[in-house]
Order: sequence, then structure tokens, then C-alpha cells
Amino acid sequence: MSANLTPRAKFATTLLRTAAALSRATGRGDGSVIGGRVGLIVEPRLLELLAEGRHVVLISGTNGKTTTTRFTTAALEAIGRVATNSFGANMPTGHTTALAKAPKAEYAALECDEHYLGQLLDAARPKVVALLNLSRDQLDRAMEVTALAAKWRQTLQASAGQTTIVANADDPLIVWAASVCERVVWVAAGQSWTADSAICPNCGAHLDRFGEFWRCTNCGLNRPSPQWSVAHQGEAVVGPDGRRYDLNLQLPGRVNRANAATALAVASLFGVDPAQAAPRLSEVASVAGRYAKVERDGRHLRLLLAKNPAGWLESFDMIEPNPPVVLSLNAREVDGFDTSWIYDVDFTSLAGRKVVVTGDRRTDLAVRLEVDGVDFLVVDDVRAAIAAVPPGPVEVVANYTAFQDIRAEFNRVN
Amino acid sequence: MALSTLRIVWLYPDLLSTYGDRGNLLVLAHRARARGIDVEPMQIRSDQHIPHTADMYLIGGGEDGPQAVAADRLLQDGALSRAAEAGKPILAICAGYQLLGSSFYANGRAYEGLNILDLRSDRGPSRAVGEIAGDSHPQLGIGPITGFENHGGRTHLGEAVQPLARVTAGVGNDGTTEGAWAGHVIGTYMHGPGLARNPRLADLLLGWAIGVDPAQLPPLDDTWPERLRSERFQALQAAAQ
Repeated sequence: MSANLTPRAKFATTLLRTAAALSRATGRGDGSVIGGRVGLIVEPRLLELLAEGRHVVLISGTNGKTTTTRFTTAALEAIGRVATNSFGANMPTGHTTALAKAPKAEYAALECDEHYLGQLLDAARPKVVALLNLSRDQLDRAMEVTALAAKWRQTLQASAGQTTIVANADDPLIVWAASVCERVVWVAAGQSWTADSAICPNCGAHLDRFGEFWRCTNCGLNRPSPQWSVAHQGEAVVGPDGRRYDLNLQLPGRVNRANAATALAVASLFGVDPAQAAPRLSEVASVAGRYAKVERDGRHLRLLLAKNPAGWLESFDMIEPNPPVVLSLNAREVDGFDTSWIYDVDFTSLAGRKVVVTGDRRTDLAVRLEVDGVDFLVVDDVRAAIAAVPPGPVEVVANYTAFQDIRAEFNRVN
Repeated sequence: MALSTLRIVWLYPDLLSTYGDRGNLLVLAHRARARGIDVEPMQIRSDQHIPHTADMYLIGGGEDGPQAVAADRLLQDGALSRAAEAGKPILAICAGYQLLGSSFYANGRAYEGLNILDLRSDRGPSRAVGEIAGDSHPQLGIGPITGFENHGGRTHLGEAVQPLARVTAGVGNDGTTEGAWAGHVIGTYMHGPGLARNPRLADLLLGWAIGVDPAQLPPLDDTWPERLRSERFQALQAAAQ
């Protein structure tokens, strides 16, 4: 792949690697963003040039991108080398770095920020695009969610061409966006948050829901029949031909079983036998600190990242029923400055357990929990939270920068 | 307190519920129940009739398209206007606030509002996003207010309404005033949600709903909401320096 690069692109790639290495060595992070930025300044077409000749899948959506990208990478590694932005740097600078670092990889699994899907479609010309879900996320700085779905629909219509879309049949916004494409493989990936799709994205009429089925009462937009689904009480994925592939995931929750189904659907489009891919997904124990298990003073913490209402509800579905729960909330720039979304999350399922709250905006959480009748203890930081719970298992749920703060406390656990 | 059950209608969560608006319903229910008042929350979708018999009505914020649809359905239904005439408390947030006026702007054009409040809204030069604070109208007796705003509209008040507050930080209606009130109807750009950060505003609405002077409501332990309020005011002060 890199053999075909122009001298200018080769130079840009070398500079990129140097900048990334310097950034890592000086403890400024993993260097993906700065490296990509340097490379793209020297050769603005670097991403396009590095992607050329590789088999690329893009993975996007509000929640589950990083985990699904990791699962997909694990599955594709059954047949070859895979370039991937495993550090969650999901904008073009991160994609450029991921490709530059793996010059010999013939496959690329790239997590893509929702707002860059169009740019990546043009630059990386993917074979497959996986679209997971869309729900409200950081409304004070990001686009409102229906507008984002409309942008995707436009982008896909203009640029998808021969790309195959793997899309969530259970999310009306995703179905509406993807249905302009010729080749779509539908996955029943579920929808834990329905409040952003009460209304048809196509015509504004009400959507009727009967169990898992949904349809628009006016224009007829409805749930396509999925080719892939999670079945047998979550123990297996069933493929288009009715074959069953057993799952034995280490990662918790319904949503990760759905992410696994999406990864298997993607991998099979690249010619990977799902029966060969499925066991590889069980080897994934944590993803950039998400789901990582760490220990201190006899407390066994499991770290869950949840950035928005859908994410918090999904994490409440994952946690064990009895252990204490630590909740941490920040509202720094990348989190969004607005904390009002915590009122979209129902906390009543935590009542009766020990709940400890921390983070920059712990007082917001305290007020929120009081309204839901959940008893809580407020502490200054994660160390104090650990001291406040008895030895044994502890579930930790935190939003983005709060999660990174906790990871830093545990040597940036992966 | 003769009421056996306080019926609170939350209007059109299917259309207007973008910024934690459900929180206002939860806060009202929590504060009423803490005083021994039973609450029946009623979520009314835009394809349902609005009950005439409720004790309080809430309407939230949303995007342009749903805002225009909501105004159209509210005009056809008529129940919210009759509730306002009957003196029932109404709390309207952001897009819901704008549509209580004579006209508002959405999808690039003006729409007819419900004319419940003497005001009209149009587009501002830029989107107002961030913390908002103000000194509320002294007659309301609720002290300074704090919230978060996120809107593109600007609102111009007529003579038959009073501003909810004079802005000390943020934009609100026009950079000078924030929100509006007349009778038992309150409109505001504060989400956050507004009532979680402004418990005395919540109690004012509860008092109106049950016909009791809010000062006569049994006091609640507001340690955490008060701490949140002072944190938010302090954060604004720190940012201003």
C-alpha cells in the first residue's frame, strides 16, 4: 500500500509518525490527533492516499462506535492485518494516523465521528459503512439529532455509490438515513432510547410501535426485516441464512451483543466466516478503558463510559444488581456545558443501593437523584468514592472527561 | 389544601422535549409529594386531546419543525387557551414559550402563536447558548434565577406581560429581559431544567395550582438545590472576572 505513495505523501507520513511519537514521549496523549494534523498539512490528500487500495469499513453512530470498531477489528484479523483508530481519535486526523501507522494492513476498521461521515466517505471510499444509532448527545454544541440524520441521508445519497451499508433496523432515524442506499444489510441492533424517534423523520407523523416493529402511520416508513439479529436470550447471533453463531462475550449488556451482531455482519461482507469471527469477539475484555476492571484496596471497580441519556440507560442495564455504584459527571467542553440531559435519564432503578456521586458537576447529580428519590453520598473524587464503599465489586459510570479522570487515576488503564 | 390529587399535564413530549424538559414535571411532582399532595402526572401526546380538568400545564422546548406542528395542534385543540383564561398555571420553556405569543419564527418564516402571552418572537443575530441568570420580578418573590439557555429566537414583550427577570448573565429575550409572566402563565428560556435550579419558582407554580400562598407551603430541605444555585452563580462570577 505505502509502496504506491508519492514522495510527498511518504514525507508527510514520516513527519506524522515523528510528531505522534514526540507527543507520546512528552506525555501529551497518544499522538493520533497531532500526528494526523502534521501529516495533513504537508499533504492534504494524505488520508485519501493512505486509504487507497485498502478494504475499509467506517463505523459511526451516537453510541457503541469504539466497541463495535474493536469487535470488527478482532473479526477482520481472522483474515489479515487491520489498521484501526483504537484510541477513539475518530476525526480525519485520527484516521490518517491509524492508516499511516499500519502501512501493511490491507484492511481498515475506522470509527468515525457522526459529523465527519461525508468527508470520510469521499476520502476513504469504504467498502462497508456501519450505522449504529442516533440519539441526543451534547445538544449545546452539536447538531440536533434529526438534522444529523438528514445530513447523513443527503451524504449517503450523494456518495455511497457501491458501498454496502450495515444499518440498525430498530432505529427509525438510521433506517430513514440508510434507506436511500442500494445495498443495505439490516441488523436488529435494538434501541434503548426512543424519545428522539417518536415522530417519523421522513414526514413528521407519529410512529406506531408494536413490540419491536414500528411504522409511520402516514408515509409508510417502517422497520425493515433484519438479516442479522441477537437471539437465544442474547447467547447467539443469527445470520441471514438462519445459522446461529454462539456469543460468549466478556463485555456486558444487551447493547454489546448488538454491537457484536453488527461486527459479524460487517466481517461477513469482507468474506470472514462468522463462525470463525465470533470466538474472536469473546477475547475483547475492555476497549480504551471502557469495561476495564481495576482493583484498589479490595474494591474491584468496573469502569463504564456513558456520554448521553441513551448511554446512561444502557449502562444501568449492564450493571450487576447489588454492588455500590459510583456516578461521575463533568461538563467540560468535550462533554457539553449543559447538564440538563441528566433529567432525560431515569435513575429510579438505582434506588436501594449505595450510590456515590462525584465529578465537577456532582451537585447537579445530587439534585437529580434527590428528585428521583435515590439516596446518595457526595464525595470530592474517585479516591474518596473508593474509600466510601466497602471492599468488593463496584460499578463506576462516568461521562467522557470524568471517565478520563478516573482512567488517569489507574494509569490510563486500557 | 382541598385538592385530593394534583393533576399536572405535560404537553406533547413527543414533539417538545429536547433539553431534559421532563425534569420540570419530576421536580413539581417531587415537591408536591414531599408536602403530602398526591400527584397524577399526565403525558399528553400531540395526537391526543388535552384534558380541560388538569391543575397545571407544562410545555417544553424543541426544534423548529416540531414547534410549528405543536402550535398548529394547540390552536386546533383550544384547551390550553381555555386553561389560561381559567387561571390555571402554565409553565412554558423555550420553543413552548415562543408559541404562547402572537407569532414566532420557525423553518424560515413566521407562524401564528396562541396569543396567551402578549409577546412575539423572531430570529436573533446568533444562537444564545450558555448559562443564564437574572433578578426575577420582585412581585413574584422568588429571588434570582439560574438556568441554561440554547435558542436562536429573540422575544419582544408587549404591555400586557411582565418580564420574568432582568438578565444579569446570558441573553434571554433580548439580552435585557428574560421570560415573561402574566396571571398564572410563565414563559422562560431557562432549561436546565429551570425548576430544578429554581425551587422557589416551582413552589410558586404549586401554590397557584392549589390556591395557597407559596410562603404557606411547608418548607423542604433544599440543601442540594441551594448548593447547586450558589455553584452556578459563582461559576458565572468567576467567568466574568
